[in-house]
Amino acid sequence: MDTTMKQAPASKATQAAVMSAIVWGLGQFYNRQFVKGALLLATEIMMLLYLIPALPQAVWGIVTLGETPTGRVKVGKMYQMVQGDHSIFLIIEGLITIIVFLLFIWMFVAVVRDAYRVRQTIERGDQENNFIQSLQYVGENKFAQLLLALPATGVLFFTIMPIVFMIMLAFTNYSAPKHIPPANLVDWVGFKNFTDLLTLGTWSETFYGVLTWTIIWAIIATVSCYFGGILVALLIQQAGIKFKTMWRTIFIIPYAIPQMVSFLIMRNMFNGEFGPINQYLSYFGLGKVPWLSDPFWAKVTVLMVNTWVGIPVSMVLVLGVLTTIPKDLYEAADVDGASAWQKFRAITMPMVLYSTAPILIMQFAGNINNFNVIFLMTGGNPANGDYQYAGSTDLLVTWLYKLTLDNHKYSMAAAIGIIIFIIVASLSIWNYRRTRSFREEDMIQ
Amino acid sequence: MIGKKKTSIIRLTLSYILLGLIALTVFYPTLWILMSSIRPGTSIYSDTLIPSNPTFEHYINLFTSSQYMYGQWYMNTLKIAVFNTLIALVLVICTAYALSRFRFRGRKTLMSTILVLGMFPGFMAMIAVYILLLQLDLLDSHWALILVYSAGAPLGAFLVKGFFDTIPKSLEEAARIDGASHFTIFTKIMLPLSKPMITYVALTTFAGSWVDFIFARMVLRTKENWTLAVGLWDMVANNSSSSFTMFAAGSVLIAVPITLLFLFLQRFLVEGLTAGASKG
Repeated sequence: MDTTMKQAPASKATQAAVMSAIVWGLGQFYNRQFVKGALLLATEIMMLLYLIPALPQAVWGIVTLGETPTGRVKVGKMYQMVQGDHSIFLIIEGLITIIVFLLFIWMFVAVVRDAYRVRQTIERGDQENNFIQSLQYVGENKFAQLLLALPATGVLFFTIMPIVFMIMLAFTNYSAPKHIPPANLVDWVGFKNFTDLLTLGTWSETFYGVLTWTIIWAIIATVSCYFGGILVALLIQQAGIKFKTMWRTIFIIPYAIPQMVSFLIMRNMFNGEFGPINQYLSYFGLGKVPWLSDPFWAKVTVLMVNTWVGIPVSMVLVLGVLTTIPKDLYEAADVDGASAWQKFRAITMPMVLYSTAPILIMQFAGNINNFNVIFLMTGGNPANGDYQYAGSTDLLVTWLYKLTLDNHKYSMAAAIGIIIFIIVASLSIWNYRRTRSFREEDMIQ
Repeated sequence: MIGKKKTSIIRLTLSYILLGLIALTVFYPTLWILMSSIRPGTSIYSDTLIPSNPTFEHYINLFTSSQYMYGQWYMNTLKIAVFNTLIALVLVICTAYALSRFRFRGRKTLMSTILVLGMFPGFMAMIAVYILLLQLDLLDSHWALILVYSAGAPLGAFLVKGFFDTIPKSLEEAARIDGASHFTIFTKIMLPLSKPMITYVALTTFAGSWVDFIFARMVLRTKENWTLAVGLWDMVANNSSSSFTMFAAGSVLIAVPITLLFLFLQRFLVEGLTAGASKG
């Protein structure tokens, strides 16, 4: 008896689900939810009108990347312009179509499940929701999804799609001079860009050179800003120093000035011929230093300037940590007769390191991608004859930028982008596993 | 005891000297650019730091000469920065609030996705968007810039989420019992309590779009559509030697609004920075 009671609504619910699976909205009509049904029906018609012709075209486009280039074809005795396939458009259109298709499948599942559930409710003897009630239900129980809808759409089209597009480019030969549409087609080449980058002559030489400098840069830049920040914070926080707030405000100034302006100003200050720094050096009888034109000095200069800009952030962080260290730790150390240096080594440093270690690693990852300093200070120069499209101070990111904008080697740039991602991602994941803040987030409340 | 006092005096003196030196390196570039901007002539070289006959002609020239369209660029930048800040704030707050206050299916996946997306070199997506805009013929439009800037903003939502996490749940539970809807709780309780964090995010977003030139330079092609940052970069890249003092005046004009904002709202900056830190 019990089983028949349950089976009856289940089979009717299945009926509703099947109806909705055949045509969206049909099951909803059956459930007497007419407004919802009509809206779903209209949506399906619109999506299918777009998808039915577009989907095969998208698959064909992404698989072949086009078959006929735009160009002049001999027809009889005349040359005629023929509008061919544009490989890059094919990728973009294909991606959009695939996104719409995935959305279609997701909605399909949701519609069928909705029809099934509502029917179950009705068969149980409850009243189905009318349209207004449905909206209210969404507002109460799906508020999070409602909030996320808009940001998710933005991220989907302006971040995820471009990144997928770039990843796809890394496996093509889209680069100047031979493979630029519309005059030419682009083809899939598998991992060729990566193997070229790692093993082929000047490409690999440039890659390893730039990679080495990127890592050295990231290490020194992170460490110098960090310890600079600690030093300044400790100086301010010492017992007996007056006007602590004033000092803090002064040292925050480099952070308040827009970075871009600071870098451009510094670039002029370090100007080898007329800059004030060399002017002072010669005033004291010292020779001029080729701050930006010598490969070694250029590296020193960008590191120094980066420290100037980066210290305030570390300082603020360390000052924050310093105030949280319990006073009694120091009092106990005083009783034991510890020297200032011992107190620093045994209490201050471990406390600061402990609470700032995760940021240190994130700053390291950030420095690998530190585009502004290099691009604005040196532009990657001085030139390096051994390198392919890169200068002595170029980081991987600035090299990527040059390859795209100046040299149109899009596929190679995309491959470098993926390599940067792999480096940064492994660092960050390792960091997250260490900090555990991700796992234990609900403990705070 | 006397020895100890002596070492402490030496220590303090040395500290003050060091602090003074650091303050000097902080102030010198600022002072130098300010003085250069009111020095007559165009050259970067000068005998004295403080010009003997200061002039404001460079500032006036920026707005009147046909080579620089500072007035126009100011308006463009203001438009982009204001709209970007507003849209980005709405998107960031929505994302952060949903992730902080609700437990729904796919939430962890979503958070991991945000983390992974954040690890791609920031402007890898930018370059892709540039190629897309180039192919679709949408370059040289301010709205392209605003859309791309603000659409990427939710990826920075973790900071705000961390802040929302620290607001006690009991507050909204009490409101729920009194019959408040999610929307009321969101606007009447959460938003007022998160003013410091919202100020921080608004400030950094505004400053970010005020001075971003990488993407702006890619997208904006005609001079009348440029932003301040693109204009300033152009001055340095193309004719730095001939018009250094103009560049100085230009950079003062770009930096002053942001620097003042930052210094006046310092408290929020410090709070924001440390809040981000404690969440790791």
